[in-house]
Amino acid sequence: MSANDFLAPDLQHAADSAGLVPPTRREFLKRVAGGIIVFVAFGDLAAAQEAANEAARPRMARPELPTDFNAFLHIGEDGHVTCFTGKIEMGQGPITSLPQMLADELDAPLDSVDIVMGDTDLCPYDMGTWGSLTTRQFGPAFRAAAAEAKAVLLELASETLQVPVARLTARDGVIFDRQDPTRRITYGQLAKGRKIERHLKVKPSVKDFAAFALMGKPLLRRDARDKVTGKAQFSADIRLPGMLYAKILRPPAHGAKLTSVDTTPAKATAGVQVVQDGELVAVLHELPDVAEQALERIKAEFTIQPREPNDRTIFEHLLAAAPAANVVSKGGDLDEGKRLAQRSFETTYLNSYVAHSAMEPHAALASIEGDKATVWASTQNPFGARDEIARALGFPTEKVRVITPFVGGGFGGKTVNTQAVEAARLAKATGRPVQVMWSRAEEFYYDAFRPAAVVKIKSGIDAAGQMTFWDYTVFCAGDRGAPHFYTIPHHRTAAAGGFQGPPGLHPFAVGAWRAPGNNTNTFARESQIDLMAAAAGIDPVQFRLNHLRDPRMIRVLQAAADHFGWTPAKSPSRRGYGVACGMDAGTWVAAIAEVAVDASKGAVQVKRVLCAQDMGVVINPEGAKIQMEGCITMGLGYALTEEIQFEGGKILDTNFDTYTIPRFSWVPKIDTVILEANEFPPQGGGEPAIILMGAVIANAIHDATGARLLQLPMTPARVKAALLTGGLTSANSPLPAAPV
Amino acid sequence: MPTTISFRLNNRPVRLPADAARPLLWVLRTDLGLTGTKYGCGEGHCGCCEVLVNQRAVRSCLLKAKDVEGKEVLTIEGLEKDGQLHPLQKAFMAHDALQCGFCTPGMILRAFGLLQSNARPSAAEIIHGLEENFCRCGAHVRIVQAVQTAAAEMRGEH
Repeated sequence: MSANDFLAPDLQHAADSAGLVPPTRREFLKRVAGGIIVFVAFGDLAAAQEAANEAARPRMARPELPTDFNAFLHIGEDGHVTCFTGKIEMGQGPITSLPQMLADELDAPLDSVDIVMGDTDLCPYDMGTWGSLTTRQFGPAFRAAAAEAKAVLLELASETLQVPVARLTARDGVIFDRQDPTRRITYGQLAKGRKIERHLKVKPSVKDFAAFALMGKPLLRRDARDKVTGKAQFSADIRLPGMLYAKILRPPAHGAKLTSVDTTPAKATAGVQVVQDGELVAVLHELPDVAEQALERIKAEFTIQPREPNDRTIFEHLLAAAPAANVVSKGGDLDEGKRLAQRSFETTYLNSYVAHSAMEPHAALASIEGDKATVWASTQNPFGARDEIARALGFPTEKVRVITPFVGGGFGGKTVNTQAVEAARLAKATGRPVQVMWSRAEEFYYDAFRPAAVVKIKSGIDAAGQMTFWDYTVFCAGDRGAPHFYTIPHHRTAAAGGFQGPPGLHPFAVGAWRAPGNNTNTFARESQIDLMAAAAGIDPVQFRLNHLRDPRMIRVLQAAADHFGWTPAKSPSRRGYGVACGMDAGTWVAAIAEVAVDASKGAVQVKRVLCAQDMGVVINPEGAKIQMEGCITMGLGYALTEEIQFEGGKILDTNFDTYTIPRFSWVPKIDTVILEANEFPPQGGGEPAIILMGAVIANAIHDATGARLLQLPMTPARVKAALLTGGLTSANSPLPAAPV
Repeated sequence: MPTTISFRLNNRPVRLPADAARPLLWVLRTDLGLTGTKYGCGEGHCGCCEVLVNQRAVRSCLLKAKDVEGKEVLTIEGLEKDGQLHPLQKAFMAHDALQCGFCTPGMILRAFGLLQSNARPSAAEIIHGLEENFCRCGAHVRIVQAVQTAAAEMRGEH
């Protein structure tokens, strides 16, 4: 049973409205005839979650901390285990890795474990699924719940079998006496006829790596069968009797104001309903395509307020408008570092706005029955969506239930829940269930893009090629990944603004995009390091090693070089090899790329990427590997082609014809290496590898051609321009040597 | 204007009243409840809505209902036969050739169409054949492997 089977009405049963709306948590618990339920509340873990989320938090009000528990699971009389979590599945794999953890800690067969995800009435509160936090930070609490459940089962078995707990062993859902294995009892038998609730107050011990039975072993996706047969339901696939599909009138540009609207022509189509609720003007029909055609007949006028920045001038605007910089790390004395430098380098790195472009557009289906709203939504934060919907409807929070079916890709973009609020408002206005699914143009228009950003770096090396100073300021991307990890005696790192604003800074919405801030920061840092290695005439891997002390970074970089078959050479070696390393989500990551550059076209083909990670102990090595491959592939886009074109508030990209995402033919040979680090806690895997893709390709282009690319994406036009100038414009050329 | 459209859908005859000019995608997803066919872009760029018409992979967002009159349409829901998954479905599972799964139905049907015309495609031919089907999660490497595995099984090689 997947979350979907449990929660979403199956298409064939859609007409059978009796069982349509799943029970609330309280109702659900009442309906559970018997069994064991373990609730886990960890004050320290809740606080840790809050703290860890602070850095990764997308825009939203600070929610209250959970007061009851943050995980629970049920062991049924049939021995079946169901776990409930507010996390969601958007492709990153917790639908597999969480049951894997649970079954292992509980010593239950994996196929006896089900998971219910992202249902705000059934599942304990969760902040949201982002920041690669599920495994590294939710995982320990979740595993503790399972460990506690096992402790309860052992106690019950001890009473039933009249054997001390110390003599009992659990395996595959059965507890037996080690001295007499015929004395045995199953979890189902223990749960039978009981109704036990346990509230865990103390932190139980979870298994060490040595005791792992399932964790640490590669496991194929558990949702794959539903996804290859078309049975997997996404939000837009849910059907309710009497439902309407809504198409919403959209402004032509951000900042445009609706001045007049005539909806009469749309109403001429039979079955069309029009809702006008303030600025929300929608056409609804039982068929989505008919609603869309009717919407086109609405006559609306907008005034477009002229806005200054466009995709060419945005960087000057950001530099002028950015808030004051905050120093995030520093050491030594920059003036002294400059004095010690024999050569200094001042460089400005740029990157454009980038769209999330999940294949599934934002979708939601809202149904209001009596005083209760139920909304199926493609969201990364069902509890946040619930609160937004409650505010919009004027409903108490407990009267809104958000159910999260499979999410068709998120990458940070589905922390914005506008479509769910729109569906709920329209359901309230029409009295019928309403689906809102954004078109691709709406998706590009309302996406909270990865922000355009600027990084300015001044740095220097001495005669021996050792870095003497590092003066780094990132504008408008945030400080995730900004602090360097190299040995530089005199350094300062500052960040002006976060990845979200402040409001009004950007001409449209910006937000969290897979490893927010870190793609920008790692591109700039690792490009600058490479530039200095080349100037010093030192092999770029060796140059990094000469400045590293962190043993885990040294190990991951060395592993990447060894597995790639790197041989030292000063860049440009004309081999087209580039290297980069970094940290994200607690994981150390290094990559080496090989590129071929077609100088006449400016085209870059990435031929090979090897990526090595130290991510602590790995729960599902196959899942971790897939995430690395996905990061490398997705990262080709922001590195090479992806940038939003805009004029003022008007987004010029409306579909994939002009906004180009990676294709099959772009994908390099990918090698992944996950270093054994079983003595360390598990870390994040959904984001780290993507942070390297800008720099590793830029550095490989430099190695191939001698041209240094300073702006992402590295489009053919920019590559050709860099080939003509060497890439370093006058503003970016090495500074005269500081007097010694 | 509403008319009646007749065609074979997933090996069964279908007759339904529908405006002949309506997009096949929405007729499949709403009138027929076959939601395995996805909307990704509505303009034929991404391939999430790919279905087979007379064994050829086509973008259902660009087709009208009348375009399939009298023809044979196969959607992802019709690929499984007698409870047996198609080799492509099995291979996508075995290779973990998907993440979010939203592009998967279109991807599998595109590959199905490719294998109709080329039973022994090279990796380069698979890449070329799937080039205009988008996967944002980055499962590409595994998808190519899965298609090779399925092709081998379909040729009776394992």
